[in-house]
Amino acid sequence: MNLLNIFEEIEKVDPEFNERISPRRAAIRNMAGFGKKVALSALPLAIGTLFQKAYGQTAPTDVNTILNFALTLEYLEAEFYTTGVATTGLIPAGTPAVAALTLIRNDENNHVAFLKSVLGTNAVAKPTFDFTAKGAFNPFSSYDVFLALAQAFEDTGVRAYKGQAPNLLSNKTVLAAALNIHSVEARHASHLRQMRKARGANQKPWITGKDIGGLPAAAQPIYDGEEIDTQANVKITGISANGVTISSTAASEAFDEPLSYEEVLSIATLFIAG
Amino acid sequence: MTKNTSPSQTNILVEPDRIGSSVSRRKFLHYAGAASGLVMVASACKKDDNNMDSGVNLGSGDTGILNYAYALEQLEAAFYIQVIATPYTDISDEEKMLLTDIRDHEIAHREFFKAALAGGAIPALEVDFSTIDFTKRDSVLGTAKAFEDLGVSAYNGAGPLITSADYLTLAGKIVSVEARHAAFIRDLIAPGSFVGSDVIDPTTGLEISKNPSMVLSIAGKYIKTKINASNLPS
Repeated sequence: MNLLNIFEEIEKVDPEFNERISPRRAAIRNMAGFGKKVALSALPLAIGTLFQKAYGQTAPTDVNTILNFALTLEYLEAEFYTTGVATTGLIPAGTPAVAALTLIRNDENNHVAFLKSVLGTNAVAKPTFDFTAKGAFNPFSSYDVFLALAQAFEDTGVRAYKGQAPNLLSNKTVLAAALNIHSVEARHASHLRQMRKARGANQKPWITGKDIGGLPAAAQPIYDGEEIDTQANVKITGISANGVTISSTAASEAFDEPLSYEEVLSIATLFIAG
Repeated sequence: MTKNTSPSQTNILVEPDRIGSSVSRRKFLHYAGAASGLVMVASACKKDDNNMDSGVNLGSGDTGILNYAYALEQLEAAFYIQVIATPYTDISDEEKMLLTDIRDHEIAHREFFKAALAGGAIPALEVDFSTIDFTKRDSVLGTAKAFEDLGVSAYNGAGPLITSADYLTLAGKIVSVEARHAAFIRDLIAPGSFVGSDVIDPTTGLEISKNPSMVLSIAGKYIKTKINASNLPS
Protein backbone atom coordinates (compact mmCIF):
# COMPACT_ATOMS: atom_id res chain seq x y z
CA MET A 1 0.00 0.00 0.00
CA ASN A 2 1.27 3.43 -0.84
CA LEU A 3 -0.02 5.81 1.80
CA LEU A 4 1.19 8.92 0.06
CA ASN A 5 -0.86 8.10 -2.99
CA ILE A 6 -3.90 7.66 -0.81
CA PHE A 7 -3.28 11.03 0.82
CA GLU A 8 -3.17 12.65 -2.59
CA GLU A 9 -6.36 10.92 -3.64
CA ILE A 10 -8.08 12.07 -0.49
CA GLU A 11 -7.06 15.64 -1.10
CA LYS A 12 -8.49 15.45 -4.60
CA VAL A 13 -11.85 14.25 -3.38
CA ASP A 14 -11.95 16.43 -0.30
CA PRO A 15 -11.85 20.06 -1.35
CA GLU A 16 -14.78 20.91 0.87
CA PHE A 17 -13.13 20.17 4.20
CA ASN A 18 -11.79 23.65 4.65
CA GLU A 19 -14.93 25.19 3.21
CA ARG A 20 -17.07 23.21 5.56
CA ILE A 21 -15.29 24.63 8.58
CA SER A 22 -15.09 28.20 7.32
CA PRO A 23 -18.36 29.47 8.83
CA ARG A 24 -16.83 28.79 12.20
CA ARG A 25 -13.57 30.46 11.38
CA ALA A 26 -14.96 33.91 11.93
CA ALA A 27 -16.27 32.92 15.33
CA ILE A 28 -12.95 31.40 16.24
CA ARG A 29 -11.06 34.52 15.16
CA ASN A 30 -13.48 36.62 17.16
CA MET A 31 -12.82 34.48 20.18
CA ALA A 32 -9.07 34.94 19.95
CA GLY A 33 -9.41 38.67 19.49
CA PHE A 34 -12.00 38.96 22.18
CA GLY A 35 -9.69 37.61 24.87
CA LYS A 36 -7.06 40.25 24.15
CA LYS A 37 -9.51 43.10 24.49
CA VAL A 38 -10.94 42.13 27.83
CA ALA A 39 -9.59 43.83 30.93
CA LEU A 40 -8.00 41.38 33.33
CA SER A 41 -10.41 42.23 36.13
CA ALA A 42 -13.40 41.33 33.99
CA LEU A 43 -12.05 37.96 32.93
CA PRO A 44 -13.77 35.50 35.26
CA LEU A 45 -17.16 36.70 34.09
CA ALA A 46 -16.02 37.15 30.53
CA ILE A 47 -14.92 33.58 30.07
CA GLY A 48 -18.44 32.26 30.37
CA THR A 49 -19.54 34.80 27.81
CA LEU A 50 -16.60 33.87 25.65
CA PHE A 51 -17.73 30.26 25.57
CA GLN A 52 -21.21 31.30 24.56
CA LYS A 53 -19.92 33.73 21.99
CA ALA A 54 -17.54 31.28 20.38
CA TYR A 55 -19.82 28.31 20.36
CA GLY A 56 -23.22 29.89 20.06
CA GLN A 57 -26.47 28.85 21.60
CA THR A 58 -26.87 25.56 19.82
CA ALA A 59 -24.44 22.74 20.17
CA PRO A 60 -22.06 22.70 17.24
CA THR A 61 -21.27 19.62 15.24
CA ASP A 62 -18.40 20.73 13.02
CA VAL A 63 -15.08 19.12 13.71
CA ASN A 64 -12.95 22.21 14.28
CA THR A 65 -15.33 23.72 16.78
CA ILE A 66 -15.46 20.47 18.70
CA LEU A 67 -11.68 20.25 18.66
CA ASN A 68 -11.49 23.79 20.02
CA PHE A 69 -13.98 22.86 22.71
CA ALA A 70 -11.69 19.96 23.63
CA LEU A 71 -8.64 22.21 23.43
CA THR A 72 -10.19 24.66 25.87
CA LEU A 73 -10.83 21.88 28.37
CA GLU A 74 -7.26 20.66 27.89
CA TYR A 75 -5.91 24.21 28.37
CA LEU A 76 -7.79 24.30 31.65
CA GLU A 77 -6.41 20.97 32.83
CA ALA A 78 -2.88 21.66 31.62
CA GLU A 79 -2.64 25.01 33.37
CA PHE A 80 -4.21 23.58 36.50
CA TYR A 81 -1.65 20.78 36.86
CA THR A 82 1.26 22.88 35.67
CA THR A 83 0.50 25.46 38.34
CA GLY A 84 -0.12 22.83 41.00
CA VAL A 85 3.07 20.89 40.35
CA ALA A 86 5.06 24.14 40.34
CA THR A 87 3.57 25.37 43.63
CA THR A 88 6.05 24.72 46.43
CA GLY A 89 4.55 22.92 49.39
CA LEU A 90 1.25 22.01 47.73
CA ILE A 91 1.90 18.37 46.83
CA PRO A 92 3.46 16.49 49.76
CA ALA A 93 7.16 16.21 48.91
CA GLY A 94 8.69 12.77 48.84
CA THR A 95 5.38 11.01 48.14
CA PRO A 96 4.32 9.14 44.98
CA ALA A 97 1.80 11.93 44.42
CA VAL A 98 4.53 14.14 42.96
CA ALA A 99 5.34 11.68 40.18
CA ALA A 100 1.66 10.85 39.53
CA LEU A 101 0.58 14.47 39.19
CA THR A 102 3.62 15.24 37.08
CA LEU A 103 2.64 12.42 34.70
CA ILE A 104 -0.89 13.79 34.45
CA ARG A 105 0.47 17.30 33.91
CA ASN A 106 2.61 15.99 31.07
CA ASP A 107 -0.31 14.19 29.44
CA GLU A 108 -2.51 17.28 29.57
CA ASN A 109 0.21 19.50 28.13
CA ASN A 110 0.73 16.92 25.40
CA HIS A 111 -2.99 16.94 24.66
CA VAL A 112 -2.89 20.72 24.31
CA ALA A 113 0.09 20.54 21.97
CA PHE A 114 -1.49 17.74 19.99
CA LEU A 115 -4.86 19.46 19.52
CA LYS A 116 -3.12 22.73 18.62
CA SER A 117 -1.07 20.90 16.01
CA VAL A 118 -4.22 19.39 14.51
CA LEU A 119 -6.09 22.71 14.52
CA GLY A 120 -3.16 24.79 13.30
CA THR A 121 -4.18 28.39 12.79
CA ASN A 122 -7.76 27.50 13.72
CA ALA A 123 -6.76 26.79 17.32
CA VAL A 124 -8.35 29.08 19.89
CA ALA A 125 -6.10 31.02 22.24
CA LYS A 126 -5.80 29.92 25.84
CA PRO A 127 -8.28 31.75 28.06
CA THR A 128 -7.29 33.19 31.42
CA PHE A 129 -8.51 30.82 34.08
CA ASP A 130 -9.77 31.45 37.56
CA PHE A 131 -9.26 28.22 39.44
CA THR A 132 -10.65 29.78 42.60
CA ALA A 133 -14.05 30.14 40.91
CA LYS A 134 -14.38 33.67 42.28
CA GLY A 135 -12.86 32.72 45.59
CA ALA A 136 -14.90 29.56 46.22
CA PHE A 137 -11.86 27.27 46.05
CA ASN A 138 -8.20 27.54 47.04
CA PRO A 139 -6.68 24.66 45.05
CA PHE A 140 -3.12 25.95 45.16
CA SER A 141 -3.01 26.34 48.92
CA SER A 142 -4.99 23.24 49.88
CA TYR A 143 -3.85 19.87 48.57
CA ASP A 144 -7.25 18.27 49.17
CA VAL A 145 -9.00 21.02 47.23
CA PHE A 146 -6.44 20.61 44.47
CA LEU A 147 -7.18 16.87 44.24
CA ALA A 148 -10.92 17.51 44.39
CA LEU A 149 -10.81 19.90 41.44
CA ALA A 150 -8.48 17.54 39.58
CA GLN A 151 -11.00 14.72 39.93
CA ALA A 152 -13.80 17.05 38.89
CA PHE A 153 -11.92 18.08 35.76
CA GLU A 154 -11.00 14.51 34.80
CA ASP A 155 -14.45 13.02 35.33
CA THR A 156 -15.91 15.95 33.38
CA GLY A 157 -13.34 15.49 30.62
CA VAL A 158 -14.27 11.83 30.20
CA ARG A 159 -17.93 12.73 29.82
CA ALA A 160 -17.18 15.65 27.50
CA TYR A 161 -15.15 13.60 25.01
CA LYS A 162 -17.71 10.81 25.15
CA GLY A 163 -20.50 13.24 24.36
CA GLN A 164 -18.74 14.63 21.31
CA ALA A 165 -17.57 11.35 19.76
CA PRO A 166 -20.68 10.95 17.56
CA ASN A 167 -20.05 14.42 16.10
CA LEU A 168 -16.65 13.22 14.90
CA LEU A 169 -17.99 10.28 12.90
CA SER A 170 -17.42 12.29 9.74
CA ASN A 171 -13.69 12.40 10.38
CA LYS A 172 -12.31 9.02 11.38
CA THR A 173 -8.79 10.28 12.05
CA VAL A 174 -9.95 12.95 14.45
CA LEU A 175 -12.37 10.48 16.03
CA ALA A 176 -9.54 8.00 16.59
CA ALA A 177 -7.44 10.69 18.25
CA ALA A 178 -10.32 11.89 20.43
CA LEU A 179 -11.01 8.33 21.60
CA ASN A 180 -7.32 7.91 22.40
CA ILE A 181 -7.47 11.02 24.60
CA HIS A 182 -10.81 10.03 26.15
CA SER A 183 -9.41 6.82 27.66
CA VAL A 184 -6.36 8.63 29.02
CA GLU A 185 -8.64 11.05 30.87
CA ALA A 186 -10.43 8.01 32.32
CA ARG A 187 -7.11 6.56 33.49
CA HIS A 188 -6.30 9.88 35.17
CA ALA A 189 -9.74 9.95 36.80
CA SER A 190 -9.28 6.42 38.12
CA HIS A 191 -5.94 7.27 39.70
CA LEU A 192 -7.10 10.59 41.16
CA ARG A 193 -10.17 8.94 42.67
CA GLN A 194 -7.87 6.46 44.40
CA MET A 195 -5.60 9.27 45.58
CA ARG A 196 -8.60 10.98 47.14
CA LYS A 197 -9.82 7.71 48.58
CA ALA A 198 -6.47 7.32 50.34
CA ARG A 199 -7.18 10.70 51.95
CA GLY A 200 -10.64 9.73 53.14
CA ALA A 201 -13.04 10.13 50.22
CA ASN A 202 -15.52 7.26 50.19
CA GLN A 203 -15.39 6.31 46.51
CA LYS A 204 -13.97 3.86 44.01
CA PRO A 205 -11.99 4.26 40.77
CA TRP A 206 -15.32 4.05 38.92
CA ILE A 207 -18.40 6.23 39.37
CA THR A 208 -21.09 4.74 41.58
CA GLY A 209 -24.58 6.01 40.87
CA LYS A 210 -24.32 9.79 40.75
CA ASP A 211 -22.22 9.92 43.91
CA ILE A 212 -19.94 12.96 44.10
CA GLY A 213 -17.38 11.22 46.32
CA GLY A 214 -17.15 14.04 48.81
CA LEU A 215 -16.62 16.79 46.25
CA PRO A 216 -18.31 20.15 46.94
CA ALA A 217 -22.05 20.06 46.28
CA ALA A 218 -21.51 22.39 43.33
CA ALA A 219 -19.90 19.43 41.55
CA GLN A 220 -23.14 17.45 41.42
CA PRO A 221 -23.78 18.24 37.72
CA ILE A 222 -20.53 16.39 36.93
CA TYR A 223 -22.14 13.16 38.12
CA ASP A 224 -25.82 13.68 37.36
CA GLY A 225 -27.03 11.07 34.91
CA GLU A 226 -24.31 8.56 35.77
CA GLU A 227 -26.87 6.56 37.76
CA ILE A 228 -28.81 5.25 34.77
CA ASP A 229 -28.96 1.48 34.53
CA THR A 230 -30.66 0.89 31.20
CA GLN A 231 -28.55 0.86 28.04
CA ALA A 232 -30.12 0.76 24.58
CA ASN A 233 -33.35 -0.49 26.16
CA VAL A 234 -31.51 -3.27 27.97
CA LYS A 235 -32.11 -3.10 31.72
CA ILE A 236 -28.74 -3.90 33.29
CA THR A 237 -29.87 -4.05 36.90
CA GLY A 238 -31.16 -7.52 37.70
CA ILE A 239 -29.32 -9.32 34.91
CA SER A 240 -28.50 -12.74 36.29
CA ALA A 241 -25.69 -14.93 34.98
CA ASN A 242 -22.99 -17.20 36.40
CA GLY A 243 -24.65 -17.04 39.79
CA VAL A 244 -24.28 -13.25 39.87
CA THR A 245 -27.17 -10.79 39.83
CA ILE A 246 -26.14 -7.34 38.69
CA SER A 247 -27.00 -4.70 41.29
CA SER A 248 -28.09 -1.19 40.36
CA THR A 249 -24.75 -0.05 41.77
CA ALA A 250 -22.76 -2.29 39.43
CA ALA A 251 -25.08 -1.44 36.55
CA SER A 252 -24.35 2.28 36.96
CA GLU A 253 -20.61 1.73 37.42
CA ALA A 254 -20.29 -0.49 34.35
CA PHE A 255 -21.24 2.31 31.95
CA ASP A 256 -19.94 5.88 32.02
CA GLU A 257 -22.38 8.40 30.61
CA PRO A 258 -21.77 11.25 28.17
CA LEU A 259 -22.47 14.91 28.86
CA SER A 260 -23.87 17.20 26.23
CA TYR A 261 -21.99 20.19 24.95
CA GLU A 262 -24.19 22.56 26.93
CA GLU A 263 -23.81 20.54 30.12
CA VAL A 264 -20.03 20.63 29.85
CA LEU A 265 -20.07 24.36 29.17
CA SER A 266 -22.17 24.90 32.22
CA ILE A 267 -19.71 22.91 34.36
CA ALA A 268 -16.66 24.54 32.78
CA THR A 269 -18.17 27.94 33.41
CA LEU A 270 -18.74 26.94 37.02
CA PHE A 271 -15.12 25.98 37.50
CA ILE A 272 -13.54 28.58 35.28
CA ALA A 273 -15.59 31.66 35.88
CA GLY A 274 -17.02 30.93 39.26
CA MET B 1 -6.08 -11.35 5.28
CA THR B 2 -4.56 -8.43 3.48
CA LYS B 3 -1.80 -10.17 1.57
CA ASN B 4 -3.85 -10.69 -1.58
CA THR B 5 -5.47 -7.29 -1.61
CA SER B 6 -4.68 -4.61 -4.10
CA PRO B 7 -3.65 -1.15 -2.89
CA SER B 8 -7.22 0.11 -3.17
CA GLN B 9 -8.46 -2.65 -0.91
CA THR B 10 -6.21 -2.15 2.09
CA ASN B 11 -7.42 -1.37 5.55
CA ILE B 12 -7.12 2.37 5.31
CA LEU B 13 -9.66 3.14 7.99
CA VAL B 14 -7.53 1.28 10.47
CA GLU B 15 -4.36 3.07 9.51
CA PRO B 16 -5.07 6.47 11.11
CA ASP B 17 -4.64 4.95 14.57
CA ARG B 18 -1.14 3.88 13.82
CA ILE B 19 -0.35 7.11 12.09
CA GLY B 20 -1.76 9.20 14.89
CA SER B 21 0.38 7.47 17.45
CA SER B 22 3.60 6.95 15.58
CA VAL B 23 4.07 9.65 13.00
CA SER B 24 5.04 13.24 13.64
CA ARG B 25 2.40 15.81 14.44
CA ARG B 26 3.03 17.59 11.23
CA LYS B 27 2.20 14.52 9.23
CA PHE B 28 -0.84 13.95 11.37
CA LEU B 29 -2.02 17.45 10.64
CA HIS B 30 -1.61 16.85 6.95
CA TYR B 31 -3.54 13.65 7.25
CA ALA B 32 -6.24 15.08 9.51
CA GLY B 33 -7.00 17.82 7.07
CA ALA B 34 -7.56 15.30 4.37
CA ALA B 35 -9.26 12.68 6.41
CA SER B 36 -12.88 13.52 5.87
CA GLY B 37 -12.38 12.04 2.45
CA LEU B 38 -11.50 8.71 3.98
CA VAL B 39 -15.10 7.64 4.18
CA MET B 40 -15.59 8.18 0.49
CA VAL B 41 -12.42 6.35 -0.38
CA ALA B 42 -13.34 3.52 1.95
CA SER B 43 -16.79 3.20 0.48
CA ALA B 44 -15.20 2.36 -2.81
CA CYS B 45 -13.22 -0.46 -1.25
CA LYS B 46 -14.31 -4.03 -1.71
CA LYS B 47 -14.35 -6.34 1.24
CA ASP B 48 -11.64 -8.92 1.16
CA ASP B 49 -13.48 -12.13 0.51
CA ASN B 50 -11.75 -14.94 2.25
CA ASN B 51 -13.67 -18.15 2.50
CA MET B 52 -10.66 -20.08 3.73
CA ASP B 53 -11.28 -18.97 7.32
CA SER B 54 -13.57 -20.98 9.54
CA GLY B 55 -14.71 -20.78 13.12
CA VAL B 56 -17.14 -18.40 14.77
CA ASN B 57 -17.82 -15.61 12.31
CA LEU B 58 -18.13 -12.20 13.96
CA GLY B 59 -20.07 -10.90 10.99
CA SER B 60 -19.82 -7.60 9.17
CA GLY B 61 -20.59 -3.94 9.71
CA ASP B 62 -21.64 -2.64 13.11
CA THR B 63 -22.92 -6.08 14.08
CA GLY B 64 -19.44 -7.46 13.47
CA ILE B 65 -17.90 -4.81 15.72
CA LEU B 66 -20.45 -5.45 18.45
CA ASN B 67 -19.72 -9.18 18.24
CA TYR B 68 -16.01 -8.37 18.42
CA ALA B 69 -16.66 -6.41 21.63
CA TYR B 70 -18.91 -9.22 22.86
CA ALA B 71 -16.09 -11.71 22.32
CA LEU B 72 -13.66 -9.60 24.37
CA GLU B 73 -16.21 -9.08 27.13
CA GLN B 74 -16.81 -12.84 27.24
CA LEU B 75 -13.09 -13.31 27.79
CA GLU B 76 -12.88 -10.68 30.52
CA ALA B 77 -16.02 -11.86 32.31
CA ALA B 78 -14.88 -15.49 32.31
CA PHE B 79 -11.52 -14.43 33.72
CA TYR B 80 -12.90 -12.38 36.63
CA ILE B 81 -15.54 -15.01 37.42
CA GLN B 82 -12.67 -17.43 37.95
CA VAL B 83 -10.64 -14.85 39.91
CA ILE B 84 -13.48 -14.39 42.40
CA ALA B 85 -14.41 -18.08 42.50
CA THR B 86 -10.83 -19.02 43.42
CA PRO B 87 -9.22 -15.89 44.91
CA TYR B 88 -5.44 -15.76 44.94
CA THR B 89 -3.54 -16.45 48.13
CA ASP B 90 -3.85 -13.75 50.79
CA ILE B 91 -6.09 -11.50 48.71
CA SER B 92 -7.02 -8.42 50.74
CA ASP B 93 -10.65 -7.51 51.42
CA GLU B 94 -10.18 -4.31 49.46
CA GLU B 95 -8.77 -6.06 46.41
CA LYS B 96 -11.45 -8.73 46.54
CA MET B 97 -14.18 -6.10 46.74
CA LEU B 98 -12.90 -4.11 43.79
CA LEU B 99 -12.12 -7.18 41.68
CA THR B 100 -15.67 -8.35 42.40
CA ASP B 101 -16.89 -4.98 41.13
CA ILE B 102 -14.90 -5.49 37.95
CA ARG B 103 -16.32 -9.02 37.54
CA ASP B 104 -19.82 -7.60 37.77
CA HIS B 105 -19.02 -4.82 35.31
CA GLU B 106 -17.67 -7.31 32.79
CA ILE B 107 -20.67 -9.60 33.20
CA ALA B 108 -22.90 -6.56 32.68
CA HIS B 109 -21.00 -5.67 29.50
CA ARG B 110 -21.14 -9.23 28.21
CA GLU B 111 -24.83 -9.65 28.91
CA PHE B 112 -25.59 -6.24 27.45
CA PHE B 113 -23.98 -7.18 24.13
CA LYS B 114 -25.68 -10.55 24.15
CA ALA B 115 -29.07 -8.90 24.63
CA ALA B 116 -28.40 -6.07 22.18
CA LEU B 117 -27.19 -8.43 19.47
CA ALA B 118 -30.06 -10.85 20.10
CA GLY B 119 -30.22 -13.31 17.21
CA GLY B 120 -27.06 -11.83 15.68
CA ALA B 121 -24.88 -12.68 18.66
CA ILE B 122 -22.03 -15.15 18.34
CA PRO B 123 -22.26 -18.19 20.62
CA ALA B 124 -20.44 -18.51 23.93
CA LEU B 125 -16.70 -18.82 23.40
CA GLU B 126 -14.53 -21.42 25.08
CA VAL B 127 -11.66 -19.85 26.99
CA ASP B 128 -8.24 -21.26 27.75
CA PHE B 129 -6.76 -20.01 31.01
CA SER B 130 -4.19 -22.79 31.32
CA THR B 131 -1.35 -20.26 31.36
CA ILE B 132 -2.80 -18.39 34.34
CA ASP B 133 -2.05 -19.40 37.94
CA PHE B 134 -5.17 -18.24 39.74
CA THR B 135 -3.53 -18.87 43.13
CA LYS B 136 -0.84 -16.25 42.51
CA ARG B 137 -1.51 -12.53 42.78
CA ASP B 138 1.19 -11.70 40.23
CA SER B 139 -0.27 -14.05 37.64
CA VAL B 140 -3.85 -12.87 38.15
CA LEU B 141 -3.09 -9.15 38.21
CA GLY B 142 -0.66 -9.46 35.31
CA THR B 143 -3.39 -11.10 33.24
CA ALA B 144 -5.97 -8.57 34.39
CA LYS B 145 -3.67 -5.76 33.30
CA ALA B 146 -3.13 -7.39 29.91
CA PHE B 147 -6.89 -7.86 29.40
CA GLU B 148 -7.87 -4.36 30.51
CA ASP B 149 -5.18 -2.58 28.49
CA LEU B 150 -6.08 -4.76 25.52
CA GLY B 151 -9.76 -3.96 25.95
CA VAL B 152 -9.12 -0.21 25.98
CA SER B 153 -6.90 -0.37 22.92
CA ALA B 154 -9.47 -2.58 21.18
CA TYR B 155 -12.44 -0.29 21.80
CA ASN B 156 -10.38 2.73 20.77
CA GLY B 157 -9.31 0.99 17.59
CA ALA B 158 -12.84 -0.19 16.81
CA GLY B 159 -14.54 3.16 17.44
CA PRO B 160 -13.74 4.61 14.02
CA LEU B 161 -15.01 1.39 12.38
CA ILE B 162 -18.50 1.92 13.81
CA THR B 163 -21.05 3.74 11.63
CA SER B 164 -23.91 4.18 14.10
CA ALA B 165 -23.67 7.15 16.47
CA ASP B 166 -25.59 5.21 19.10
CA TYR B 167 -23.24 2.25 18.99
CA LEU B 168 -20.25 4.57 19.08
CA THR B 169 -21.64 6.18 22.21
CA LEU B 170 -22.24 2.77 23.77
CA ALA B 171 -18.66 1.75 23.02
CA GLY B 172 -17.55 5.02 24.58
CA LYS B 173 -19.58 4.33 27.72
CA ILE B 174 -17.79 1.02 28.14
CA VAL B 175 -14.24 1.93 27.13
CA SER B 176 -13.80 4.57 29.81
CA VAL B 177 -14.85 2.03 32.44
CA GLU B 178 -12.30 -0.39 31.01
CA ALA B 179 -9.73 2.41 31.24
CA ARG B 180 -10.66 2.99 34.89
CA HIS B 181 -10.17 -0.75 35.48
CA ALA B 182 -6.87 -0.72 33.60
CA ALA B 183 -5.48 2.19 35.61
CA PHE B 184 -6.61 0.62 38.87
CA ILE B 185 -5.07 -2.78 38.08
CA ARG B 186 -1.83 -1.18 36.92
CA ASP B 187 -1.65 0.82 40.15
CA LEU B 188 -2.18 -2.40 42.14
CA ILE B 189 0.83 -3.94 40.40
CA ALA B 190 3.04 -0.85 40.36
CA PRO B 191 1.67 2.29 42.03
CA GLY B 192 1.78 5.23 39.64
CA SER B 193 1.84 3.12 36.47
CA PHE B 194 -1.70 4.09 35.41
CA VAL B 195 -0.48 5.81 32.24
CA GLY B 196 2.62 3.80 31.38
CA SER B 197 4.51 4.53 28.20
CA ASP B 198 3.62 1.03 26.99
CA VAL B 199 -0.01 2.14 26.63
CA ILE B 200 0.20 5.93 26.24
CA ASP B 201 2.38 7.53 23.59
CA PRO B 202 4.53 9.79 25.78
CA THR B 203 4.98 12.36 23.01
CA THR B 204 1.28 12.94 22.32
CA GLY B 205 -0.43 11.76 25.51
CA LEU B 206 -2.68 9.55 23.34
CA GLU B 207 -3.58 5.96 24.15
CA ILE B 208 -2.08 3.51 21.66
CA SER B 209 -5.03 1.79 19.99
CA LYS B 210 -5.04 -1.57 18.24
CA ASN B 211 -7.02 -2.82 15.28
CA PRO B 212 -9.08 -6.03 15.50
CA SER B 213 -6.49 -8.30 13.92
CA MET B 214 -3.82 -7.12 16.37
CA VAL B 215 -6.18 -7.54 19.30
CA LEU B 216 -7.43 -10.98 18.29
CA SER B 217 -3.92 -12.26 17.76
CA ILE B 218 -3.14 -11.33 21.38
CA ALA B 219 -6.48 -12.49 22.81
CA GLY B 220 -6.29 -15.73 20.83
CA LYS B 221 -3.90 -17.17 23.39
CA TYR B 222 -6.80 -17.25 25.85
CA ILE B 223 -9.63 -18.27 23.51
CA LYS B 224 -9.96 -21.88 22.35
CA THR B 225 -12.79 -21.18 19.94
CA LYS B 226 -11.54 -20.14 16.54
CA ILE B 227 -12.75 -16.65 15.64
CA ASN B 228 -13.27 -15.54 12.07
CA ALA B 229 -12.91 -11.76 11.85
CA SER B 230 -12.53 -11.61 8.09
CA ASN B 231 -15.81 -9.77 7.53
CA LEU B 232 -15.19 -7.02 10.07
CA PRO B 233 -15.07 -3.51 8.64
CA SER B 234 -11.59 -2.15 8.17
